[in-house]
Amino acid sequence: MRQQTASVPMPTARELAITRQARPPRFDLSTMGAMTFLLIFTLYFLIPFFWLVVSATKSQSDLFGTFGLWFAPNFNLFSNLAQVFTYNNGIFGRWLLNTLLYAGVGSVVGTFLAAMAGYALAKYVFRGRNLLFSVILGSILVPATTLALPLYLMMSKVGLTNTIWAVLLPSLVNPFGVYLARIYAASSVPDELLEAGRIDGAGEFRIFTTITLRLLTPALVTILLFGFVGIWTNFFLPLIMFSDPALFPITVGLQSWNVTASNAGANTQTIYNLIVTGALVSSIPLLIGCIILQRFWRGGLGAGSVKG
Amino acid sequence: MAQKAIPLEKLPSQTQRTSRTLRSEALAPYLFLLPFVALFTLFFIVPIIYALYQSLFRSERNGLGLGAATVSFNGLGNYLDVLRDPNFYSSVGRVLLYGIVQVPVMLILSLVLALLLDSALVRFKAFFRVAFFVPFAIPGIIAALLWAFFYQPVFSPIVKGFQALGLPAPDFLGPGTVLWSIANIATWTYAGYNMLIIFAALQAIPSEIYESARVDGCSGWRVAWSIKIPLVAPALILTCIFSIVGTLQLFAEPQVLSAISNNVSTSYTPVLYAYTTAFSNNNYYYAAALSVVLAVITCIFSFSVLRVTQRQAGV
Repeated sequence: MRQQTASVPMPTARELAITRQARPPRFDLSTMGAMTFLLIFTLYFLIPFFWLVVSATKSQSDLFGTFGLWFAPNFNLFSNLAQVFTYNNGIFGRWLLNTLLYAGVGSVVGTFLAAMAGYALAKYVFRGRNLLFSVILGSILVPATTLALPLYLMMSKVGLTNTIWAVLLPSLVNPFGVYLARIYAASSVPDELLEAGRIDGAGEFRIFTTITLRLLTPALVTILLFGFVGIWTNFFLPLIMFSDPALFPITVGLQSWNVTASNAGANTQTIYNLIVTGALVSSIPLLIGCIILQRFWRGGLGAGSVKG
Repeated sequence: MAQKAIPLEKLPSQTQRTSRTLRSEALAPYLFLLPFVALFTLFFIVPIIYALYQSLFRSERNGLGLGAATVSFNGLGNYLDVLRDPNFYSSVGRVLLYGIVQVPVMLILSLVLALLLDSALVRFKAFFRVAFFVPFAIPGIIAALLWAFFYQPVFSPIVKGFQALGLPAPDFLGPGTVLWSIANIATWTYAGYNMLIIFAALQAIPSEIYESARVDGCSGWRVAWSIKIPLVAPALILTCIFSIVGTLQLFAEPQVLSAISNNVSTSYTPVLYAYTTAFSNNNYYYAAALSVVLAVITCIFSFSVLRVTQRQAGV
């Protein structure tokens, strides 16, 4: 609660300061130009999403027959939803739960590990510290897709392909999270506070859980969100690891429907309305989360990028 | 490290408790790092080494392609093959052409949007910020599926709009245009995200700097060009490097469009080519060599951007 009230006024005060130092807003030429530019790009960013919402209310035939950017006379959203969740014995619900499991467990555990590692790199002096940090930093530049292939071969050697571990375990590694946690811990965890904890006889782990984690909360929300979105939107790794549709996350599942629909030919396209409605359903949880937590996220990004 | 280790041995008069605390303090960083480093090694370092190892082998079948394939050591043979592989060159060339256009266009767009949202010209900032961010909450593969509907003439509201006006409709999936249709999907998905990173950096500039600029009589343009852009250079470099890594990894968008366009081949991008080589042709060894070369190319590009920009900015 305190965190929230403390973080909200900061950008607002800053925005006020900018507005105050400028002239009172009037509609001169540059304002009009700027607003027009922003409105054009708002349309660009929102129209495909609007299309998705509109199309999710259409039947299969209206999807082909009516103009894409407005509602058809028949409102079919609920029958589409019912179809999405019952098609193939309700496999879509399964995919949704799988995605939630991978992204939820992966991001929570991954954030905790990144926080510990980042804190250790920021607040302790030990042999190999700089080397380790350079290796972690360099690994951010290694494309994840090039790792996925050898990972698949390793996993198949130990018989873990086509199990949830094949996706869950690699998702726990979040080098960018370690980088953010280190920067945050260096700037917002005062050494005096740690010393005070030590003098009071607290162990190192207890100091971490009671002092550090609390001070790091804004950064942890950022890392958690990054991790959650990253795993939720991941496509390549689950695509190559899973062959059993019951393990698919939503991204791989919907693409498998798309391939089915495209291969079915022009006469038997029966599941385009399912793809559209499924795409809408799968974007909503992330959308709500991002909008609600945007404020936290912004703060964390600031520290990461300015000092990087 | 040294300061902490020496007193531990040289101060026998310390109480038992203190020395225990000091020892646990010296041990603590390793314990904190252990879980991350263990997983990092297992799922980051080992795969790299394993890919390097695999890339030195090849599998051979007998003339009829029957029976089990035999695996033999091939030295650097796979790498020589990659360097002579026209499919590899055309896929890398394609993403480079794509990157030269898409990355600057997207980043300039993100920068302009961020500068406008940070300026005093604009109202309803919170609304715009959320609107620009919406696409990032949509997984890349879903964005590709979504835009695929805009590109296919049977569904596309754009094509239908052109037809209603009696104009020739653009072909989004033609041989010359499909690459830019892919670029549009990536720009749409990531422009808002990059905007947010730059915007966050702009918000972190202390307002005293603006006040002194105002006292000196700087115009809004001047402030943006000479103060804001140089100060957010680190954020721009960060977004640029992420975009380059993303470009060389292009996979989901061309894979989705390959289902609806004949102009996206199975070796359209390097990752798509490695994927096909591994999983359609079952040639894991050659795919490993492709992955290694691609990772090296990515690192070369990211590091050069870092070096060039750092020299320019004098950081």
